[in-house]
Amino acid sequence: MPLTGIEIFKLLPKTNCKQCGEPTCLAFAMKLAAGKVELALCPTLSEEAKSKLAEASAPPIRPVSIGAGGRTVKVGGETVMFRHEKRFENPPGLAMLIKDTLDDAEIDKRLERFNTFQYIRVGLTLRPELIAIRNDSGVADKFVAVINKVKQKSDGALILMSAKADVLAAGAKACADRKPLLYAATKDNADAVAALAKETACPVVLKAGSVDELVELSNKLTAAGIKDMVLDTGSRTLRRAFEDQIWVRSAALAKKFRPLGFPTIVLPCEMTDDPMKEAVIASVFVAKYGGIVVLSDMRGESLFPLLVERLNIYTDPQRPLATTEGIYEIGGPNENSPVLITSNFSLTYFIVSGEIENSKVPSYLLVKDTEGLSVMTAWAAGKFVADAIAPFVKKCGIADKVKHHKLVIPGYAAAESGGLEEELSGWKIMVGPREAAHIPAYLKTWTP
Amino acid sequence: MAFDIPKTAYSGKIKEVKLGSGGKAVTVGGETAYPFYLFEGQMPNLPKIAMEVYDSPPEEWPAAALEPFAGVTNDPVAWAKKCITDYGAEMICLQLKSTDPNGLNRGADEAAAVVKKVADAIDVPLIVWGTANHDKDTEVLRKVSEVCQGKNLIIGPVEEGDHKKIGASAIGYRHTVVASTPIDINLAKQLNILLGNLGVPDDLIIMDPTVSGIGYGIEYCYSVMERMRMAGLTQGDDKLQFPIICNIAKEVWKTKEVKIPEVEDPKMGDAKKRGILMEAISATALLLAGGDVLIMRHPEAIKLVRGVIAELVK
Repeated sequence: MPLTGIEIFKLLPKTNCKQCGEPTCLAFAMKLAAGKVELALCPTLSEEAKSKLAEASAPPIRPVSIGAGGRTVKVGGETVMFRHEKRFENPPGLAMLIKDTLDDAEIDKRLERFNTFQYIRVGLTLRPELIAIRNDSGVADKFVAVINKVKQKSDGALILMSAKADVLAAGAKACADRKPLLYAATKDNADAVAALAKETACPVVLKAGSVDELVELSNKLTAAGIKDMVLDTGSRTLRRAFEDQIWVRSAALAKKFRPLGFPTIVLPCEMTDDPMKEAVIASVFVAKYGGIVVLSDMRGESLFPLLVERLNIYTDPQRPLATTEGIYEIGGPNENSPVLITSNFSLTYFIVSGEIENSKVPSYLLVKDTEGLSVMTAWAAGKFVADAIAPFVKKCGIADKVKHHKLVIPGYAAAESGGLEEELSGWKIMVGPREAAHIPAYLKTWTP
Repeated sequence: MAFDIPKTAYSGKIKEVKLGSGGKAVTVGGETAYPFYLFEGQMPNLPKIAMEVYDSPPEEWPAAALEPFAGVTNDPVAWAKKCITDYGAEMICLQLKSTDPNGLNRGADEAAAVVKKVADAIDVPLIVWGTANHDKDTEVLRKVSEVCQGKNLIIGPVEEGDHKKIGASAIGYRHTVVASTPIDINLAKQLNILLGNLGVPDDLIIMDPTVSGIGYGIEYCYSVMERMRMAGLTQGDDKLQFPIICNIAKEVWKTKEVKIPEVEDPKMGDAKKRGILMEAISATALLLAGGDVLIMRHPEAIKLVRGVIAELVK
């Protein structure tokens, strides 16, 4: 269990030396308990206190990194069961399965999809992270050949899957520089795979037939000095796998049960043969605690929904997503097209731009930086008022793009129309609808 | 070290609400644990899916959403029957889009006559959803309540601004109300209290937290719903122990992401399958957050979500 401020205080030097930047040791202890400062800031801590405190402050679910270089994926490190309690930290890595029995042309096509399927949203690039290479052939040479091909054509992080420890070893050696995730240590091969993980310094999956068996395996590998582990409870039905995810996370968080304090891996690719069903199963684990989700293939129609679901669930509830300030052209507007303005809360932007698109009236949408606040909140906070909007409209350059000088403001900011007409001389301010849903009807009757 | 399954301490239960009348009436709610946490409690009534029917022909629906209803979209009775006969709908939601003052602005009598026809033609529970315009909904939904007495309709959205008049007519003619609030747990609780004060019995209330689809802020309603369940089940807050209804289909199918043709953006994949998955995945997320009734559109998306429900309890 985490230590309280008082328990931490007892281990501190109690000299109130202020070198940590806090006025007293007690103040430092309180901040440490709240996770607001680093233990290392105390220069006079005893070795004994250091080790006790470090152990107590270790994260309940270990963050594990897979891969090397730019495409390193970090999973785990979660601290809550429900996102509103704080936030979810590391989005589950999405992996595409490649069997080593596939022919070259098919592998090329898959890698092509993996590499090109990227989607820009709110200034972020959404993309899958991992490629899982599975040794279905049972032959080491075949496995290594596919690994080399994948390595050469993609910089995705790798998962190597083989039931045979020697084949897994051959694969790991072929790409140890890429720090692949080894799949998997089981009760039958635990010693050999643990040795391989140690030798190559690669993270390793533990696969068991039940959570109890997983605990045993986890203790065994921990004793062997392995630290970076990922858990596969072995369940391949939706209900069992769903329950396992909840058990593993709650054991780690509520009980600080170390043997299960690792991210998980789930395999929808082994739970159904129907790609549509597989996508929906994967969506359950994106919401509920999957650390890595392995898909049998990647198609735009299923990958895109999973990526946006993941983006949403892993958005920090305390920090709204924002869109970049500027002029957005929707539907190819010209000098006679309407000009609308809204706030830069990403949801507002998506909804407003979507409705403008629905109207089929080409338009300019001005997005004003309101620090991610919605129109009403930004207006109340003085960030979407006449003297904030006017300078932006002047400097953004919209006046050069349209012949008319008419600006449509959101209905919720109607109170600003007078102030804006004063500040923006030559512009006519028009009050648009309050609800985005009414934008299409409004735009259809708009005339320059 | 042996492994003990950690258990949540529950102190409350979601109220059971019976929807509709006759042999095909359904009961929702009754959960004693978080959604699908069957190792901790019961889910005596599995979540139900209501299929959408519109009272005027849809405009600007993508082809994928129209295709399953070809030939019936200008006839709400035929549309509702098709949903039941061909797609096995357990409930119908009639969206009264034609009454929108910003659209066709059809009058209350005309709208209520259509509702009555649909209600008489089907035996599954009927949800009747207005336009969230307080004045218009008050007029329309009161008329609907009156002409459909005895059907135990589910009428909404009932918001703070119109809860008195619509609530009173729901008590009078005994229909269930959809207590609707804008993604805010405190406002939801307050409206439930107001409805209680008005005399609406607990077994005639279900909650609408206002939902949106993936890519459009689903995280807000997702967390509000999780907090509602937490308050109701672990903090014994009886004003948040009502079943939750999610009017999700119309949110998903109006987005640009379900409409983009594959030829325009090949990375987005097959448009029909994408639309189905956007709906199914949005609905699945809402199920995991506590949805008891999901209002859905595409038969294939519904099939997928039914599959998830079945497998989560198998």
